[in-house]
Amino acid sequence: MSDKPKLAMYWSASCGGCEISVLNIHEHILTVDEVFDVAFFPCIADFKVHHVESYPDGYIDVCLWNGAVRNSEGEHMAHLLRQKSKFMVAYGSCAYEGCIPALSNLTSKEATFNTVYFDNPSIDNPNKVLPTESVQVTEGELTLPTFWNTVKSLDQVIDVDYYLPGCPPEPPQIWAVLQVIVGALLEGKPLPPKGSLVGHSGVAVCEECPLEKSEKTITKFFRPYEIVPEPGVCLLEQGIVCNGPATVGGCGALCPQVGMGCRGCYGPLPGVEDQGGKMLSAIASVIGAGEAGMDEHEIERQIEAVVDTIVDPAGTFYRFSMAHSLLERAKVNGKGE
Amino acid sequence: MSENFEPVIVGFLCNWCSYRAADLAGTARLKYAPNMRPIRVMCSGRVDPQFVLKALRNGADGVMIAGCHPGECHYVSGNIKALRRFVLLKKMLRQLGVEEERVQLVWASASEGIILAEKVDKMTAEVRALGPLNWNKTVLGGNGHPVVKAEPVAEEV
Repeated sequence: MSDKPKLAMYWSASCGGCEISVLNIHEHILTVDEVFDVAFFPCIADFKVHHVESYPDGYIDVCLWNGAVRNSEGEHMAHLLRQKSKFMVAYGSCAYEGCIPALSNLTSKEATFNTVYFDNPSIDNPNKVLPTESVQVTEGELTLPTFWNTVKSLDQVIDVDYYLPGCPPEPPQIWAVLQVIVGALLEGKPLPPKGSLVGHSGVAVCEECPLEKSEKTITKFFRPYEIVPEPGVCLLEQGIVCNGPATVGGCGALCPQVGMGCRGCYGPLPGVEDQGGKMLSAIASVIGAGEAGMDEHEIERQIEAVVDTIVDPAGTFYRFSMAHSLLERAKVNGKGE
Repeated sequence: MSENFEPVIVGFLCNWCSYRAADLAGTARLKYAPNMRPIRVMCSGRVDPQFVLKALRNGADGVMIAGCHPGECHYVSGNIKALRRFVLLKKMLRQLGVEEERVQLVWASASEGIILAEKVDKMTAEVRALGPLNWNKTVLGGNGHPVVKAEPVAEEV
């Protein structure tokens, strides 16, 4: 290999969309190829784990890690790549804050297995076979990684240098971050402080959203399939739950502009610990029920009627940030499993 | 569950009604459960759901939010805002497995020291019956990564 800086990208509990997003930077990918040597990138190149193990510590300059940490294999790889990498980037929402995989923190490992291996309509498993961690065959023992009760974000397992939010991160933001890294590696330009969230706009998605916003009072919330949104008007005003107010921008508010409420994938705004808590505040403040002067119980009843139209508050407000939320997971069966 | 478990309840009391109710309960020398740790906020509408979640995460067994009766808010409608948040928060906490009794909203005006004391007594008994929450250990323990945010809140009684 040449003496070019080394780039790695690895996935754990993720969908593969982050890898695609790197290719989405279009012709800039040629610049990436020009500047970096790929040292490990299972999605596009045939490297094996033993190659990584053979590298000296700190051999990889930048490791983009996407995916939440779900099992013992993810944990092992995270520690290995941390040891071999100078800069570890939590790339995308799963690595940063748990994302969709971490929604299973709202239930138990057993319930997840029941759904995946028994209850899904497309499953045919008459012998009730479940994956086991170890099985003896004539050739010897075969093993599978241990499946955890709780999905963790990358920084709950190893030390992370930078976070790049998004599900997946938007190409212009990826390119901007890569330019900063390349500038630092080749020209010695300064890097942002360790632990920074990079590749976002620092303001709420609402700031970037061109839809017209006025006074909001909602008496009924709709799920996306229940309503055809009026074009050009703030979706939250129309009763569609939009996580824009509690989500940091950088994406250019792409979803609201096509009639889909912000999913919240860029995570909380700077200074906010718990995106779901903030989103809950924002939604509660637009509930149009309960006037001062009414009977106390009547106010509560009216508010409850509106709140009942929000089907899954935890899953909606923490859609992307469950692992990074204050409570991190639900209490199930009196404990965390 | 230990026999002498004393719940730690974090109380967010509004400056204009409920904190004064607690003051009144004190000056009137009412006897009530010492389990609620009062924190004065300017209005129950100031209570961010994050405060409640953080208290539960960091060792509280319950959280009480107390404000003026609807219609009597010093800031006109801050307590209604608190109620809207509370109703939604209650629904979300149910999904997160937090028992309903652990987070309560009560109304107590400045003259209702007795009512506040009764509510604290009632909530303390309810939370005591539920047992310790101990989120870090009980819920996150087995999956634990070191928790840096948490600081010891409860002392053994």
